[in-house]
Amino acid sequence: MTPPPAGAPAPASPAPAAPTAPPKLTPKDFQSDQIVRWCPGCGDYAILNAVLQVMPTLGIPREKIVFVSGIGCSSRFPYYMNTYGFHTIHGRAPGIATGVKLANPELTVFVVTGDGDGLSIGGNHLLHALRRNVDLKILLFNNRIYGLTKGQYSPTSEVGKITKSSPFGTVERPLEPIAVALAAEATFVARSVDVQAQHLQAVVKRAAAHRGSAFVEILQNCNVFNDGAWTSVTERDVRDDRQLTLEHGKPMVFGKDRTKGIRLRGFEPEVVTLGKDGVTEKDLLVHDEKERHGSLAYILSRMNPPEFPLTLGVFRQIEFPTYETKVHEQVRKAREKAGPGDLAKLIAGPETWEVRPDGSKVAHGEM
Amino acid sequence: MEVGFPSRAPNHSMTPPEKPAGAARATPQHPKQLDHVIIRFAGDSGDGIQITGGQFTNTTALFGNDLATLPDFPAEIRAPAGTLPGVSGYQIQFASAEVHTPGDRPDVLVAFNPAALKVNLRDVPLNGTIIVNADEFNERNLEKAGYKANPLEDGSLANYRLVKVDITRLTLDCLADMKDLDQKEKKRCKNFFALGLVYWLYQRPMDPTLKTIREKFKKSPVIVDANSRVLKAGYDFGSNTEIFQDVFVVPPATYEPGIYRNISGNEALAIGLVTAATRAGLPLVYGSYPITPASDILHALAKLKNYGVFTFQAEDEIAAVTSAVGAAFAGAIGVTASSGPGIALKGEAIGLAVMTELPLVICDIQRGGPSTGLPTKTEQADLFQALFGRNSESPVAILAPSSPSDCFFLGYEAVRIALKYMVPIFILSDGYLANGAEPWKLPRVEDLAPITVNRRTDPKGFQPYLRDEVTLARPWAWPGTPGLEHRIGGIEKQNVTGNVSYDPENHDLMCRLRAEKVARIVQDVPDLQVVGPASAEILVIGWGSTLGSITQAVEEAQAEGVPVARAHLRHLNPMPANLGDVLRRFRKVIVPEMNLGQLAFVLRGRYLVETVQLNRVQGLPLKVRDIRQTIEEVAQALKGVR
Repeated sequence: MTPPPAGAPAPASPAPAAPTAPPKLTPKDFQSDQIVRWCPGCGDYAILNAVLQVMPTLGIPREKIVFVSGIGCSSRFPYYMNTYGFHTIHGRAPGIATGVKLANPELTVFVVTGDGDGLSIGGNHLLHALRRNVDLKILLFNNRIYGLTKGQYSPTSEVGKITKSSPFGTVERPLEPIAVALAAEATFVARSVDVQAQHLQAVVKRAAAHRGSAFVEILQNCNVFNDGAWTSVTERDVRDDRQLTLEHGKPMVFGKDRTKGIRLRGFEPEVVTLGKDGVTEKDLLVHDEKERHGSLAYILSRMNPPEFPLTLGVFRQIEFPTYETKVHEQVRKAREKAGPGDLAKLIAGPETWEVRPDGSKVAHGEM
Repeated sequence: MEVGFPSRAPNHSMTPPEKPAGAARATPQHPKQLDHVIIRFAGDSGDGIQITGGQFTNTTALFGNDLATLPDFPAEIRAPAGTLPGVSGYQIQFASAEVHTPGDRPDVLVAFNPAALKVNLRDVPLNGTIIVNADEFNERNLEKAGYKANPLEDGSLANYRLVKVDITRLTLDCLADMKDLDQKEKKRCKNFFALGLVYWLYQRPMDPTLKTIREKFKKSPVIVDANSRVLKAGYDFGSNTEIFQDVFVVPPATYEPGIYRNISGNEALAIGLVTAATRAGLPLVYGSYPITPASDILHALAKLKNYGVFTFQAEDEIAAVTSAVGAAFAGAIGVTASSGPGIALKGEAIGLAVMTELPLVICDIQRGGPSTGLPTKTEQADLFQALFGRNSESPVAILAPSSPSDCFFLGYEAVRIALKYMVPIFILSDGYLANGAEPWKLPRVEDLAPITVNRRTDPKGFQPYLRDEVTLARPWAWPGTPGLEHRIGGIEKQNVTGNVSYDPENHDLMCRLRAEKVARIVQDVPDLQVVGPASAEILVIGWGSTLGSITQAVEEAQAEGVPVARAHLRHLNPMPANLGDVLRRFRKVIVPEMNLGQLAFVLRGRYLVETVQLNRVQGLPLKVRDIRQTIEEVAQALKGVR
């Protein structure tokens, strides 16, 4: 919390006593007493579980964690977390979360959103939260459908998708969430999958550790309105051949036998087989999360199945000062320079004059 | 009461001064004394009209006159030079007695070009004085303004006191030796020539403006020199030529002893909010998106970082309000501001603050509408929007300042009420209050009502929607407080626990509780004061920025023996407890408004009283004479029924 301006009366209530040695927490401690109300079989359960697993490992007391969400199935998330939570309005979670961070930069703030909430109605706010590098952990559950409104196509639905609102197939092109985040200058961009618990936990953990806007796209199944949204790349038996897991500094190898890789030809990535036509690991792209311009990450974001494997992991992670840090720094410096605010001076402004009891006037000029 | 200008004024072009600009300044031996004067400066929006008017205002305030101002400028930053839509104006009334309005009609019009003359002439009374920059009355500018003949030559201004001055040429002459400035830069100084001339005419000191010039242009000594020289040259021109038969003095007004400053509504609102936040010991988070006429609040607050002010220039109006809601959740004073169109965008988020019962201050600096409407003109037609502009049962508190300095007090009061009752609260200011200025006797911080922060820290028995018995406020439990972890949101809340609830009885109860909570703010609303004789039969009741016009009109009518009183509402929701009784006490109730009858609608709906409406939506403050006329008509009608 920003210290109150010096000279101002302290808040009426006493400050909370400093907690004694924090007890060791378990995932269960982060579970609220509310009944989880997603449809049976929804991918959100797996994500909730993964997040619960990660929470105790962060070493952050529950009271310092805030989950903020918008509207949609994913946005019910805060009700199930025994932390502070704010289920807000459609698309606006990044704005609310920015206000929370401005008021109290010490809080760890997660934003839970979906493809409709984050990329359609709230697209503008998502862009600007990322651009500012507000220290938010943004988890975007992408199931490529509007679930809570019962099955309309979303901004990530594939062309031709038949839904209630597109009985002849949608003619709209989908947005690529990772590419949007990169274009918005996000300093941490990653992708994981609801049902791949270990990978998801690792990614969420890294997002939580990142200082700045962390954007995580989580591929999620809606078994009611878009069942099998991602099964072609996430089913256990095909997964290894259809997924590329990024590792910083490592060549991009994938496949059950680890014999396939990604090579760059001009600006075009291509899938190659190691050992075939003289291709060796040295020919493959090496992942670099820190690449300055984000061009590599962007190329990777454009690789889509079935031509390419689906890319998972951290696309980009760079260091940049956070918005609220810079803003609070300006306030701190202003206080150092001008001293804490003096209300009498504020009210008087730059120029005053005095009317004396005898009616005479004296200009005071600079106070 | 002598008002205005000498009985005999020359109507011919002036010769330049023979003496150099630096010559000793002569003061005419017998300046004539006036009670009050209304001056309007008008010219291209690029002519520096607002600066000129602002400088005259500051000097006049320091001199000790009471005053009121009306800046009136176009929405376009620089409409094509010389055209009618590009005309910017600034009117000031200053007096040796109390001033309530910037005046209906200017005694003196200073017109920088033909377009300014054309737009403003209709407001100048017969025999009023018109000072023109004759240089600008060339064929091209006359054509742009739609003049077929030059009004300075064709006798059409015979009923006015016309003073033609070659302001542009005189300005250039005065700067002829300045090699560092090009012709365009030199011409830009001409507003100071006019200002100097008017200073001489009304015997105002130049020092405050010379000081401002030094500070404002301190990075460019050449500009400081040029503007200062031109200002003095304008003053000297007045004293060295016989352009004006007389000069005038408006003696200082009598003020209560104390320290004074000049203040505009937006400045006052900004410092009122900061004063409240500082006294509450909390940071102020101000989320805002630029919009006329609210942006000056953002500008003022952005400078006050050392007071713990965090300004967030959001990507849009929605992010502006949601950031304030988020900040309020996390324990700061959350404030957002906009004008009507922006408030429309914020509606859903304000509803969220109603549902989550968070303290949120929403400033609506009203302007002409609907839609983009008249961005730079004033109006008070957002009362309905504030009261009803959200889905479902969504009550909020509403305050409306009645003068520029009142914006300070109600900015402060809004924070106090929001924190005490945990409610969103509107401040309905408007473009006239925002930009208008008046002298203000500085309040003492100690005299302001204390602000209590009801922050909850005790986990024992904590429930997010457990209410205070008196205010019905729920506890304010900031994230970061151990043991108070809880979830809030826009879905209906179960009373006490705050859990999601779709229960029919609970929803009905919660709707009533939210309404009752706002209604209970009446405990903090002072009774409505009626100003006027006990025998009055007519009440003129208004709200917001119309106070000055109403006061003037009612005082004038009272002076003529009309049995009329007035009252002014600063609390629009809830309204003062005695309002119904007050309304019923009078035979006739007149409601003047800068809208088509929004307060009248509310009064009729709540108190079942018939009212006489006076409605103007011209983008301008109400005219005193319009209100007077309505009072006369009502008084005549009452006589008729006796």
